[in-house]
Amino acid sequence: MLVQTQPPATADLIEYALRLGDNTLLLGQRLGEWCGHAPELEDDIALSNIALDLIGQSRLLLSLAGEWEGRGRDEDALAYLRDAPAFRNLTLLELPNGDFGQTVLRIALFSAYQVAVWRALRGGGEARLAAIAGKALAESRYHLRYAAEWVVRLGDGTDESRRRMQRALTHWWPYLAEMFDEDALERRLDGVAPQAALLRKEWEALMLPVLAEATLRPPADTEYRSGGKRGEHSESLGHVLAEMQFLQRAYPGGRW
Amino acid sequence: MATTEHLEALEQAFQQRIDGGEKIEPQDWMPEAYRRTLQRQMAQHAHSEYVGMLPEGAWITRAPSLSRKCILLAKVQDEAGHAQYLYSALESLGLSREQAYGQLLAGEAKYLNIFNYPALSWADVGMIGWLTDGAAIVNQVPLSRCSYGPYARAMVRICQEESFHHRQGFDLVRRLAEGTPAQRRMAQDALNRWWWPTVMVFGPPDEDSVHSQRSMRWGVKLYSNDTLRQKFVDQTVPQVLHLGLTVPDPDLRFNPDTGHYEIGRIDWDEFNRVIRGQGLCNRERLASRRRSWDEGAWVREAAACHAAKLAAGPQGERDA
Repeated sequence: MLVQTQPPATADLIEYALRLGDNTLLLGQRLGEWCGHAPELEDDIALSNIALDLIGQSRLLLSLAGEWEGRGRDEDALAYLRDAPAFRNLTLLELPNGDFGQTVLRIALFSAYQVAVWRALRGGGEARLAAIAGKALAESRYHLRYAAEWVVRLGDGTDESRRRMQRALTHWWPYLAEMFDEDALERRLDGVAPQAALLRKEWEALMLPVLAEATLRPPADTEYRSGGKRGEHSESLGHVLAEMQFLQRAYPGGRW
Repeated sequence: MATTEHLEALEQAFQQRIDGGEKIEPQDWMPEAYRRTLQRQMAQHAHSEYVGMLPEGAWITRAPSLSRKCILLAKVQDEAGHAQYLYSALESLGLSREQAYGQLLAGEAKYLNIFNYPALSWADVGMIGWLTDGAAIVNQVPLSRCSYGPYARAMVRICQEESFHHRQGFDLVRRLAEGTPAQRRMAQDALNRWWWPTVMVFGPPDEDSVHSQRSMRWGVKLYSNDTLRQKFVDQTVPQVLHLGLTVPDPDLRFNPDTGHYEIGRIDWDEFNRVIRGQGLCNRERLASRRRSWDEGAWVREAAACHAAKLAAGPQGERDA
């Protein structure tokens, strides 16, 4: 395949695979915090199930990035031994969970985006990414279904739950711009990575009816300086990494 | 109303069914004391699975590799599933999950004492899998043949998953035991802290076990506490030695005449102290469960409210 034999394109692919893998790693890590603390046993099971899927996706994507890079970094070297500026995840995914409603809303917003991303990658021109996307698509559809059902239940539930969900939507909304903010790297990967315009269209088709059924009103778009994909993160990421990486940092050279 | 004579006849028939190896099912007649014993034991078992998610769950965000993180996520998910099976089996005895859970939150129901010990290092996650789940298996495999059908069937499924966790826990500890000197120290330190609490999982010695006799007659308990404890020690000590670790018991010795390992004196004062709520984590575990329950109240209310709207149909939804 053309893109794989040209060094600059390969560097782009590595970077792109890191973006995908870091996204699922960060949300998976955040969802791991819920373990044992959900409102019901069923949601403890569901949230850890989703976290497990997301970390599983990260392992495939980070391993692929490491393999493409060819410098001997495996999934764990990439997850545990990079510092915050080297992470490429969307800012949306590193922020604290908030309450259960805020948590399921973020899962819904991201999973709708993931469904669109995987669909495009599955039919795209890079075979390894297409294979991962094929597996991940089924998982993201399940995540979207679980989270969207909760968004509707909570949005169209009691007065309090509606108020909380509208506030949650307002909280997350500015960070969504980054999903659809196409940069030069994504443009260079035309034919592999999906176009932003297409992603936005598919995301809206999946998400807006859910928000409408939940009686939630999307806030007006606000200006947002997008930086996660380039390694410019919020203050939250450093805390997440400090917790996630401490054993690897404190016991260098250990196999686990 | 049943006469005393009638009741005695029923109890006799009941005991005959148990002695004949028949399973008791939810719709069958059973002595009130049998029902209450099972309710207590199964609720305690379900709560243990639920509370047991906490010490290990707290290590998910800190797991030292992505594959270990996945294994741990899958494991705590299994534990939540076990709690679910057990609460369902319990409901077949006329005690609802919410009632039973309310008793836990009110501090009226017990859970496995060992979860009141803290998980201080990554090696503790391995100890919980290898030792605690190992002890649970020794306890629970016989329960899959217990006289109450729903409990026995739940245990078949639970034991399959627990054996998997047990092997994963051993594998985690083995990796540390074969690792750097610092990792070995981490493993030995965790073993030192978890060994005795695990040996105590089997409960008080036979002569002090109040419910044992009756539970054994009813087929709710098939082996005595000390028998099961001995089985656990006999199977686990060789595993410790295989790893090159040390059992924190200077009096431990193998008796070639009996073919069993003999252990030193168990500190039952500590056992009783922790059971009474004076362990390191008793308060924290219960507070954590209460916090999740309270903070989730608005979610459960909203779900009920939404379900009611749906049940009322589109007309009801407009009027609501």
